[in-house]
Amino acid sequence: MNICICVKQVPDTTEIKIDPVTNTLIRVGVPSIVNPYDTYALENAARLKDKDPDTKIVVISMGPAQAKDALKECLAIAADKAYLITDRAFGGSDTLATSYILSQAIKKVEETEGTFDCIFCGKQAIDGDTAQVGPEIAEHLGYPQITYGLECEKAEDKLRVTQQGPDCKQVLETSMPCVVTFTNPSFDVRYPNVRRKMAANRAEIPNVTAVDIADIDLARCGLKGSATRVKKTYVPVHDTNGVMIKEEDAGASARKLANLLSDAKVI
Amino acid sequence: MAKTPKSQDTWVLIETKEDGSARNVGLELLGPGRDLSGKQGGKVVAVVIGNGIQTAIDQANAQGAEQIIVVEGSEYAYYNTDAYVNALEYLMEKYCPTSMLIGATSYGRDLAPRLACRLKSGLTADCTALDIDPKDGKVAWTRPAFGGNLMATIKCPENFPQIGTVRPSVFKKTAPAEGKAEIIQEEFHVSEKQMRVKLIEVIQETAEAIVDLEGAEVIVSGGRGVGGPEGFAVLQSLADTLGGVVGASRAAVDSGWIPYCHQVGQTGKTVAPKLYIACGISGAIQHLAGMSGSDCIVAVNKDEEAPIFDVANYGIVGDLFEVLPALTEEVLKLKA
Repeated sequence: MNICICVKQVPDTTEIKIDPVTNTLIRVGVPSIVNPYDTYALENAARLKDKDPDTKIVVISMGPAQAKDALKECLAIAADKAYLITDRAFGGSDTLATSYILSQAIKKVEETEGTFDCIFCGKQAIDGDTAQVGPEIAEHLGYPQITYGLECEKAEDKLRVTQQGPDCKQVLETSMPCVVTFTNPSFDVRYPNVRRKMAANRAEIPNVTAVDIADIDLARCGLKGSATRVKKTYVPVHDTNGVMIKEEDAGASARKLANLLSDAKVI
Repeated sequence: MAKTPKSQDTWVLIETKEDGSARNVGLELLGPGRDLSGKQGGKVVAVVIGNGIQTAIDQANAQGAEQIIVVEGSEYAYYNTDAYVNALEYLMEKYCPTSMLIGATSYGRDLAPRLACRLKSGLTADCTALDIDPKDGKVAWTRPAFGGNLMATIKCPENFPQIGTVRPSVFKKTAPAEGKAEIIQEEFHVSEKQMRVKLIEVIQETAEAIVDLEGAEVIVSGGRGVGGPEGFAVLQSLADTLGGVVGASRAAVDSGWIPYCHQVGQTGKTVAPKLYIACGISGAIQHLAGMSGSDCIVAVNKDEEAPIFDVANYGIVGDLFEVLPALTEEVLKLKA
């Protein structure tokens, strides 16, 4: 199989703190990581490759030069090839423009790597949290899509995906080529070994820029190609006028709480 | 090409379940849908797609839909991306509204981006607040980003329809009214061949693995302070006494103490019960993003400095293994 994985370098949002004075995000010193959901997509591709060693895994990422670090991490874990999709004209893209650029970049990379059977993505990125880019890539390419994938296997010329549905898990089957987005699986993402890590550090990662993609319509890229605009951002504030209950022991505190809840008709 | 709206209406997609009833979130969105359409000078229209969905149609009617567009067929019995997106594309060609609201369920989050991309319009995901910008009459969509650390207000200034997904439980259902919606039946069918993803098997979870967090009126939630899977027993007995269910923070789920279906927060369920009791939960912003809309929040935590106390209506600084059993006793006494 020939698999393309779209990854994003993101700030580790669990490490983000709020500056109490300015009430803004402190982004300095926050580590950049591969979006965790994208690593689940990568692990699923690696598992397909475990079963069929002829499988090729290509990772692509749209972003600045720094995003090569994320691509190198993917190479160290399981990927065979990596491409950085980068151009000033791509900056400021919303999900509609981003997915358009990625779909065009996928077609460009296919000229070298051959047609992909599957495009894998994380369910969403932990910074934007939109979960839009995967399905939008599928629409641009005209491919079927499965979201919230947990694990997958090849079934003859089809791909079978176990999906986390709204109420329970279900097994879906799709023709290929297809787009699948992945959420937290029951298994861990493998660690890179030293040999792969060293090879990844030495790997040449080609840039794919706007001029490399012959058919790209720049009016559909960047801020120009975006349907949405961010008008305002702010840090959420939570009110702090609750009642603290501090009686002599847990029993007395519990009694007071039960009475307060009962008086307020909550219970 | 992006669409030109044919009305000032706001559409609300009513997601249906396999039994033909509506998922709550669609019904919850008819209220804010009515607000938006009122300010934009149009109607609130419920769009109901499914198979054997009279229950959902009646529910939408009773929740104040002014018009209901119905697409029925056996191909819609289970959610299928191709079938649902094709049907909505057909409806958009015919009626294109100004705005559209879709519940941010896993199906809504599968469908909305595919539809928005096909219509070449903008989508704002997982909104927690909606308004109309008085300057231009467009929807101002507000949503959390960066794991709930930041709120962003997004607009879709030029393209139509303006689409947003909204998290379940952000809005409350309004009181049922006498239904007087005009009902439009649309005939649109999708062939087997056009539906490229097939449902092979539904994996039924065991009864204890099914928990209706979004529908619960009382949630007793546990975090790192619960200490292990066995620690959840005291939460369960308090929840049983209050007629509620047990929730959990991501820390507890990631530690493997309780299944993911119990998780509340940015990457779990968004809930807004009447009573939310957070036990041994520090109150990371990601957790607050999923429960701060609850009517009444109680926090029990050993750490007086825990941020959960900032959002709590009532706080007890103490050991949950002492407080919870005592609280269960007190509730039983009150009920007696």
